Amino acid sequence: MAAVSLKNVTKKFGKTEVIHGVSCDIRDGEFVVILGPSGCGKSTLLRMVAGLEEVTSGEVSIGDRVVNRLEPAERDIAMVFQNYALYPHMTVYNNMAYGLKIRGMSKTEIEKRVLRAARILELTEFLNRRPRELSGGQRQRVAMGRCIVRQPKVFLFDEPLSNLDAKLRVQMRLEIRKLHEDLKVTSIYVTHDQVEAMTLGDRLIVMDQGYAAQIGTPLEVYEKPATTFVAGFIGSPSMNFLTLRLSADGRMVDHSGITHLPLPEGGFPRHGGREVVLGIRPEHFEFTAEEEGIMLLHVDHVEILGADTLVYGHFGEDKTSLTIRLPAVHHLDKNTVLPLRVLSKNLHVFDKESGHRIPLSMP
Amino acid sequence: MVEHRPWLTFLTHATLLLGMVIIVFPIYVTFVASTHTLEEIATRFPLLPGSHLVENYLRALSLGPRDVGSTVGQMMLNSLIMALGITFGKIAISLLAAFAIVYFRFRFRLFFFWLIFITLMLPVEVRILPTYKVAADLKILNSYTGLILPLIASATATFLFRQFFMTVPDELCEALRIDGGGPIRFFFDILLPMSRTSIAALFVILFIYGWNQYLWPLLITTHENYYTVLIGIKRMLDVGEGQAEWHIIMASTMLAMIPPVLVVLFMQKQFIRGMTETEK
Repeated sequence: MAAVSLKNVTKKFGKTEVIHGVSCDIRDGEFVVILGPSGCGKSTLLRMVAGLEEVTSGEVSIGDRVVNRLEPAERDIAMVFQNYALYPHMTVYNNMAYGLKIRGMSKTEIEKRVLRAARILELTEFLNRRPRELSGGQRQRVAMGRCIVRQPKVFLFDEPLSNLDAKLRVQMRLEIRKLHEDLKVTSIYVTHDQVEAMTLGDRLIVMDQGYAAQIGTPLEVYEKPATTFVAGFIGSPSMNFLTLRLSADGRMVDHSGITHLPLPEGGFPRHGGREVVLGIRPEHFEFTAEEEGIMLLHVDHVEILGADTLVYGHFGEDKTSLTIRLPAVHHLDKNTVLPLRVLSKNLHVFDKESGHRIPLSMP
Repeated sequence: MVEHRPWLTFLTHATLLLGMVIIVFPIYVTFVASTHTLEEIATRFPLLPGSHLVENYLRALSLGPRDVGSTVGQMMLNSLIMALGITFGKIAISLLAAFAIVYFRFRFRLFFFWLIFITLMLPVEVRILPTYKVAADLKILNSYTGLILPLIASATATFLFRQFFMTVPDELCEALRIDGGGPIRFFFDILLPMSRTSIAALFVILFIYGWNQYLWPLLITTHENYYTVLIGIKRMLDVGEGQAEWHIIMASTMLAMIPPVLVVLFMQKQFIRGMTETEK
């Protein structure tokens, strides 16, 4: 087990830079999830830690060793691939034992480790089967078994659950979490699935076009997204963004459809009179009595999901569209008018140009 | 097609049977001829097998026909050595060449690939004179080396393995690198076992190709000890004014057919699997 640290890591393929300087210190035993849409560079970042891609500049260290120039095998890591990459012609036992055999470990020790891993992953009865005789979930477990037996310093997961069906994905997610709690090996996990990220990660690195847009715990990322990208990417349905102007003193918003929206205490005096992006999550709207509402939503379309109800509608003179999520079932007709309110602590204000979150000025 | 019309079934079977008869008939004639004495065939050709089967075949195998100077047994051994040499040589070289082309990034990689690929268009016959000159200069005429070496590289097989290797997912190679293996291990522990079915299929094709080589052995063997069985049969026919020993020639022909047939029979299953599926 060891800490992993990235110092200003960049990656160029030919002349195109795909990772623009990512820094992060991953503590010993921590489970870090790299999250982002496809093409944001998350897999490339992981592969640089693994040693499968060269680091163009910057420093990757595992433990207290800089590993930029080391072969993957010398880095003491193990990796689970998206398509599992099991050796098709070997039995489950040999798939797990192969890496140990190469390292010249004794037969008895290999057997001990493989059997132990098989017991943890409930693979004991499949040890003599070939990968193609196994189901997706079992192959996935073999791929993890191959990592466990090596007892490496770091586990790397490259979208390991994306080839499984939805039900199995939930189950394997729990198993991975449990495994991590038992073994406490530093883990880096790449995914584009925010639910996986929120449930598995101690911390998230949210990637956007080769930049680390935000690094923080799942709750931090949800509650205080650093950019509009992070705000829109985390949470489903995604956050509503309204471009509007702040009042001159930065304490009020200026929008035709909003009667009175109290900004968090102190407001944003330095951005007074300027255009900003206001973000409100669908789940943070509340039903209220008409006189208390800050806005009136005209319902366009309703989706009843059972546990909650998604309402799509518009408000104001310019018919700004809005998505809201109400708990429990609501039967609403088209063109119903809903008075809504939002607590000021649930408002997110971002700079219009940079997309960065505007911090509250302390009163 | 899931049509069940009786006359259609009859027609398909009749066509198949007819095709089979056309193919089998010459072989049957050969077989019949190989079981009679020369006089019997020369006077009136019999339709049923005769009683001299063992005698004819034994003579072919142990004594050999007149004027050839080598027994069919010896010639078949030569053919076998040549066919196996070519087969194993071609498979080994093609595997290694395809491995290099697919997995290593070296200068002019594409150039070399195309160079190999272009030679596909040049059959042995086209380059036979320069090849003969080279073989003569190397002093490998009349030797097993001479029979095998010039035919040992195969663009077809290289191309086949290249296509197969390109379908092997890159992650396997990466998984092996993380497990601590190098290129040699990857080749022997992963690629080779995975190519098993393709190798079996190629073995069948290449063995028959090697066994049926005619022009090249005819050119470079002047010594009876290195005659292959096909050359032997040709020599048996060159009798000038005399009467060719047809019963022995036919027996030798039957014998020459056996090894390729055996290879096909025994490797049928692997052959079809190698042609249709890959283990992934």
